[in-house]
Amino acid sequence: MTLNVVMFYLLSGVILTFSVLTVTSRKMLRAAVYLLFVLVATSGLYFLLKFQFLAAVQLTLYAGGIVVLIIFSILLTSHISEKFKKPETWKLWMGITAFVLGSALALWTLLSHNFVKEPGVKEIPVNMHVIGNQLLGVGKNGFALPFEIISLLLLASMVAAIVIAKKEKN
Amino acid sequence: MIQGISIYHFLIVSTLMFFIGITGFIIRQNLITILLSVELILNSVAINFLVFNRYLFPGQLQGHFFSLFIVGVAAAEASVAIALIINIYRRIHNIEVNNVNEMKF
Repeated sequence: MTLNVVMFYLLSGVILTFSVLTVTSRKMLRAAVYLLFVLVATSGLYFLLKFQFLAAVQLTLYAGGIVVLIIFSILLTSHISEKFKKPETWKLWMGITAFVLGSALALWTLLSHNFVKEPGVKEIPVNMHVIGNQLLGVGKNGFALPFEIISLLLLASMVAAIVIAKKEKN
Repeated sequence: MIQGISIYHFLIVSTLMFFIGITGFIIRQNLITILLSVELILNSVAINFLVFNRYLFPGQLQGHFFSLFIVGVAAAEASVAIALIINIYRRIHNIEVNNVNEMKF
């Protein structure tokens, strides 16, 4: 077993364990911290796939930004020591059934499909030069339009967050 | 292409993560924990995009860019959802799903 494979099994074990803990933990702050572990392990998978830039984005934006935002909102809206009550039995069984049936169907489809690599293509390096050129390019392999659209989306969500969270006068 | 690991390994991990997120979406009662499940789902989809990019189409970067956009969309979605949740908390002092049956502005 090479180090690659060992790292992969370690990271995916962390991901799966802590995802289960995220959805089953009965204390909310702990669930958020478990989600943080999942996100960090996912960025480890990205490093393994040799997408260094995206792994860094995942660490700073997801693990650094979103999780901190969620933890702040937990602190604003609930008591930390409070424990959730157990979910109702029928709901629990419905969730487990959805998990078993859904993942069985998806895995069966997945494993019976034969993935074919595009023949005769060389792996291109994913460095900042290539990423910048493609992200702002308008020709072949250019992503200028989605880039513009996501900037509009971020503007809209900023305005929406301010409008919604603003205190009403009176 | 990563030595010693096939595409199926990655896809199995992301599939299980996706359905764990779905299960959390169903069994959770609290709005913020539902948001955590949604983050799990988004994250597993991003893994899928990257794996297909690396294993099947290594000559382009489409999966890479769409994962980048997924991270951006997730950030936007989390900020708006948290603004909504805080507003709901101000009105009814509670963020259980069962108590939120009116969202009129």
